[in-house]
Amino acid sequence: MNLFRTLRLSGSIGLILVIFWLAVALAGPALAPHPLGEIVDYDVFLPMSSTYPMGTDYLGRDVLSRILYGARFTITIGAAAAIFAGILGTALGIFAAVSSRMVDETLSRFMDALSAIPGKILALVMIAALGSSVALLIMIIGVSYTPGCYRIARSLAVNLNQMDFVQVARARGEGRFYLARVEIFPNMIHPMLTDVGLRFVWAVLLLSSLSFIGLGMQPPDADLGSLVRENISGLAEGAPAVLMPAVAIALLTIGVNLLIDSLRGQAKTATGEV
Amino acid sequence: MKSVLFLILRRIGTVLLTLFLVSMVVFSLSSLLPGDAAQQLLGQSATPEAVAALREVLGLDKPGHLRYLDWLRGLIVGDPGISLANDLPVAQLVAERLPRSLLLAGIAALVSVPLALTLGIASAMYGGTRVDRFLNTLTLTMVAIPEFLVATTLVLVFAVKLNWVSALSYAPPGASFGQFIAAYALPVLTLFFVLVAQMARMSRAAVLDQLSQPYVEMAVLKGASLPRVVLRHALPNAIGPIANAVALSLSYLLGGVIIVEVIFNYPGIASLMVDSVANRDMPLLQTCAMIFCAAYLLLVLIADICAIVSNPKLRT
Repeated sequence: MNLFRTLRLSGSIGLILVIFWLAVALAGPALAPHPLGEIVDYDVFLPMSSTYPMGTDYLGRDVLSRILYGARFTITIGAAAAIFAGILGTALGIFAAVSSRMVDETLSRFMDALSAIPGKILALVMIAALGSSVALLIMIIGVSYTPGCYRIARSLAVNLNQMDFVQVARARGEGRFYLARVEIFPNMIHPMLTDVGLRFVWAVLLLSSLSFIGLGMQPPDADLGSLVRENISGLAEGAPAVLMPAVAIALLTIGVNLLIDSLRGQAKTATGEV
Repeated sequence: MKSVLFLILRRIGTVLLTLFLVSMVVFSLSSLLPGDAAQQLLGQSATPEAVAALREVLGLDKPGHLRYLDWLRGLIVGDPGISLANDLPVAQLVAERLPRSLLLAGIAALVSVPLALTLGIASAMYGGTRVDRFLNTLTLTMVAIPEFLVATTLVLVFAVKLNWVSALSYAPPGASFGQFIAAYALPVLTLFFVLVAQMARMSRAAVLDQLSQPYVEMAVLKGASLPRVVLRHALPNAIGPIANAVALSLSYLLGGVIIVEVIFNYPGIASLMVDSVANRDMPLLQTCAMIFCAAYLLLVLIADICAIVSNPKLRT
């Protein structure tokens, strides 16, 4: 009973945070008290006040407005990258499972090599080679997480491929594409969605880290990680402009993590797994 | 009959093969824009002849696979080329920076492992209870917090407000013990925070896996107390999986050290790599990337070896 209550509590905190950030991503710029980039005060790094709820940044801009605009970049790019990795990983995973052993082996070895490169390192190499526009960042972060998605998708698809209903479909002469699309894919949607959700958290953390070290979003656009970077000189004064964007990222990633963990816990309870 | 030694040798072979594949991936990814280096060194106003001449000097006029082989040979014999940004040999730059990063990561690992294991084992011991749920939510929250939030908060509290330590983190050689502690406290604490949560989660899973075995149920049915079941029956069997979990979670240091070195201005290999990306200094970047990949694969190898050695089925 205790367990159930705690589960519900952390899960509902997660849900509230996720809904909050979805609203910010959709309506943030409309809610922002000041237009993007407007210098509202000649005093930089102002503390929190009723005029500027989160103070001002290194140029005297309203931090709350900057966060509301920046969160949209962080959430959109993170989600797009996670979905990119999910679609590519799932497609390749199913493809490997229904293909010949040779194709499967080649693809799997290649993915193993990719996954032997830590995510941040792979992203840094690609940024050095290609640059970092928004589209490139989505692709780069997406590719960094594709091997992980591929591995899960492939193992799910290989197991499904052995199931009786797939064997029956194969025996009645259905093609590989049909097997993949009608028999295998619909049965792996649920676990893959959970996986994409977790990868969204990592994508957001990776994007923020890249922007924080100055290699992600490029000015004048700023996501939450860039906001921390550009205001880092205000740390010595304890300016909210440094901490608030970082706290915003943490609230987003913690929210998604708690929600997914509790959803997974409930799914396990429902199916009787421990 | 496959011996333990044979399995370990085979794992080492696989890792070397993977490292070889990784070097191909790293090289081809970073050579996606060929010839850029010569143009970049000379600037936009350079004559096409000058660019062509420099391309020849740098070997950029050769076909891709020959450049790859040259680069790979250089990497193996310890001469991975010249940095484009400051004309120094890459080997010298790396040799200067790498030991400092290893020191930082080593200290962080040393302080993290005991606490992480205690948390993980305690969490598994009280699996499903309120303590376990609390620790689970706590570590789940901790892994979702970006490293730079931890670092900035620590600087704000300990360097700015309390003024206990300096926000700059490099102790010069010959610094006293006190200076050393003051300089390394915040970076190590940041890495500690990142590492403990990961490691606690993974070691909890390793112990829980053992606790679901029939012999544990038998011990419980015999009436052994909970600490006795966990510490005396389950733990000796879980040492392999735990060592495996520890080695794997140490790989989170690789990502963490990048942020920590940047934020604390620590002159290690990760900040060198970040600079090389900003300068598009490909020879330096490729070498740094290979070092990180090799470190990661080494940790995975250690994890695998722990799993092999601790498997009693293989002891003959």
